[in-house]
Amino acid sequence: MILDPLQQLGRAGISFFERLGRGNMFLLQTIAGVPALLWRPGLVIKQMYSVGVLTLLIILVSGLFVGMVLGLQGYNTLSDFGAEESLGVAVALALVRELGPVVTALLFAGRAGSALTAEIGLMKATEQLSGMEMMAVDPMRRVVAPRFLAGFLSMPLLAAIFSAVGVYGGFFVGVGLLGVDEGAYWSQMQASVDLHDDIYNGVIKSIVFGFVAAWIAVFEGYDTVPTSEGVSRATTRTVVHTALAVLGLDFVLTALMFGD
Amino acid sequence: MQQQTPLVQVRNLVFARGERVIFDGIDLDIARGSVTAIMGPSGTGKTTLLKLIGGQLFPQTGSIVVDGENVDKLGIKDLYKLRQRMGMMFQSGALLTDLSVFENVAFPIREHTDLPETLVRDLVLMKLQAVGLRGAAGMMPNELSGGMARRVAMARAIALDPMMVMYDEPFTGQDPISMGIVVKLIHELNTALGLTSIVVSHDVQETAAIADYIYLLSGGKVVDQGTPDSLWESASEWSQQFLNGEPDGPVAFHYPAPEFRDDLVGGGQHT
Repeated sequence: MILDPLQQLGRAGISFFERLGRGNMFLLQTIAGVPALLWRPGLVIKQMYSVGVLTLLIILVSGLFVGMVLGLQGYNTLSDFGAEESLGVAVALALVRELGPVVTALLFAGRAGSALTAEIGLMKATEQLSGMEMMAVDPMRRVVAPRFLAGFLSMPLLAAIFSAVGVYGGFFVGVGLLGVDEGAYWSQMQASVDLHDDIYNGVIKSIVFGFVAAWIAVFEGYDTVPTSEGVSRATTRTVVHTALAVLGLDFVLTALMFGD
Repeated sequence: MQQQTPLVQVRNLVFARGERVIFDGIDLDIARGSVTAIMGPSGTGKTTLLKLIGGQLFPQTGSIVVDGENVDKLGIKDLYKLRQRMGMMFQSGALLTDLSVFENVAFPIREHTDLPETLVRDLVLMKLQAVGLRGAAGMMPNELSGGMARRVAMARAIALDPMMVMYDEPFTGQDPISMGIVVKLIHELNTALGLTSIVVSHDVQETAAIADYIYLLSGGKVVDQGTPDSLWESASEWSQQFLNGEPDGPVAFHYPAPEFRDDLVGGGQHT
């Protein structure tokens, strides 16, 4: 009786590590399937359309609004110190270093990651994956690898678009509505945003997030319990786990890149 | 010589899922060119047997030899090569829902050959014509009835001209007409294409009509086997109950329970 909670804890621990191991084995198998896609780029392009292009709208709209909010908040704070000319720098740094990669990854998990999980999970539940295996087609190569690669490649591009649109959002509010000098907005940004320290680090973040988000989405789909309930749980797990992983990794990466 | 050995030989097959033993030492032979039926009540692992033959599951002990190759000992490459010579029709059809009927049948051809588009088209149309669905080539899987989906799955199973086709519960949940069509197709395709067919089913009449040989499975064992005619004459009570669909017999009507009187009077707890 007293040992029950302890047993449960142990069981939960074992199942956690077992899943982690399965996830890693799965990742190796997925990556092994990637080189073969060089000969069949059509498979990846099709997935990049559904994973990347169809996510564009939410990225554009969110990027614009996030940029506008940054413009407004930044202006309020900076004007207290008479430094509203630096608005461009503040908006651009916030976007390329943090908000671009992080918010894009969160939106990606909600829009594309969940769809990937549900699609693969339903393919499993309706025996489509099993059917492929019996047709001597490896679903890891045919279904999982192209989706993983498409997610991995799309994320940095989406994050870049998010940041670019955000900079314009800040511009509309700061320069257009609040009267910050246009030249100062751009020139200060150009002078203070460093290609290596800021842009590259932001891109590295979005590459890491893309890798993790795509991995979680395809793994949860493939590892689904093949029932309606299983698919719904897996979809939820994709969004939750991706969000946690991205935010946790963001702290680690930020500490490594900017922690000195 | 090759022609005389059975296409599939299962020897002393033992397979368990966790604690539950599904097959407890079964032996089967599937003769070349025949339609062999595997029958038994729901939950006896008939589908599992097909997955074992197709190498999607592996037995704990025993061997499964398909066309001279030991399925559970093959490497992944050889297994996939062997699977190209096997077709399988799943109970649900398992069509790829994002592809049209035409593309579904073309799928294995495109994946495994480099044939020019015109030839792929001709092949697919021939297969669809064989199952009577050439007119449905442009439809999507969600527009098909259950019976049509199974016929498309059949066309896909024979797309690469396999040596053997496995049918998983092909008759379940069909109206009499589509049932009749499926029965006729399994028989005709087997003869016309020189296939070997394995039909897993619990529909006695339909299966008996086309099977050359029947294995009856229950409780992880082969309980009876023979040609349909010989099975009707079988002395086994179990076979008689199964084939005639009698509600009580060796397979009791009541699930094991304590004495009814004790249960009523004693007010025992249902936990």
